Amino acid sequence: MSDAKAQKYYPADEDKAKKTVRKTIRPAKLRASLQPGTVLILLAGRFRGKRVVLLKQLPQGVLLVTGPYKVNGVPLRRVNARYVIATSTKVDLDGIDDSVVEKVGGEGYFAREKKSKKQGEEQFFKQGEKPESKKVSSNRAEDQRSVDKALLANLKKEPFLLSYLGSTFSLRKGDRPHEMVF
Amino acid sequence: MATGKTDGLGLDMLHWLSDEVVYNRTKPLAMGMEMKRERDTNTLHRHGKHLSYQRGKRTTNPNTSLLKIEGVDTTEAARFYEGKKVAFVYRASTERRGTKIRVIWGKVTRPHGNSGVVRAQFRSNLPPKTFGASVRIMLYPSSI
Repeated sequence: MSDAKAQKYYPADEDKAKKTVRKTIRPAKLRASLQPGTVLILLAGRFRGKRVVLLKQLPQGVLLVTGPYKVNGVPLRRVNARYVIATSTKVDLDGIDDSVVEKVGGEGYFAREKKSKKQGEEQFFKQGEKPESKKVSSNRAEDQRSVDKALLANLKKEPFLLSYLGSTFSLRKGDRPHEMVF
Repeated sequence: MATGKTDGLGLDMLHWLSDEVVYNRTKPLAMGMEMKRERDTNTLHRHGKHLSYQRGKRTTNPNTSLLKIEGVDTTEAARFYEGKKVAFVYRASTERRGTKIRVIWGKVTRPHGNSGVVRAQFRSNLPPKTFGASVRIMLYPSSI
């Protein structure tokens, strides 16, 4: 027995009204301590323990940071705000080219390059050879240099800042992170 | 770019500076010149002990484990660790994905009692033989 009865009435309009999506994308709201120029301690990942400079909060809810690269090896990089401790040290960001920061923080900058899927003759003959080692794209290196140059000039003005950023954070025996003030 | 100016040394920086002087690892006066130093241990976690499961007089609840974190003696202090990731790291006899080391991840859910013990839940319950074993309390997710 089926309970699918024939409808008595047919709707006058052919098309159903589409449901509108009431959700909106809101930009992520981050902690107040995460202001551009703040020195951060990275808590996880390849660069854990490093002290880096926060450049910008990105709309995707991540932070754009730089080591600077020359000081501690951390390149321009996006990090999750939850994996970061904000310290009370602030660094002057004057002189950094806004347009570069804008570009680096923009969408797609960190996207992986797509490999061309073509399996041509050339590739076939190249199979035995070693694949070329990945190189840092010159554009990125240039952006890194331009951001770091201005930043380094500012860092040099303050005593100890450079060696502070070059040092890593680590917990020692007896340290109590819940009592620490950064 | 508009930002806050540098206003003196931050607290973490002061802490670092006093360490530098005490351990004399780098010469802070040679600003930025001396970057090389012996490797720090670079631990970014605290140790805790797996005490037991949450339990009553006769019933145990293995879904929730009780952890005692080093240096945490009060409920207020324990609150700091709410939500923090916990890792139970152990060695197994067979390799998986190229390593014999395995991890059971969990997180701190809330304080338990008045002496700084916390409750934690793990993705898969810790086995009872880990009572007394040490776990790592990570510093993330951070809210500082």
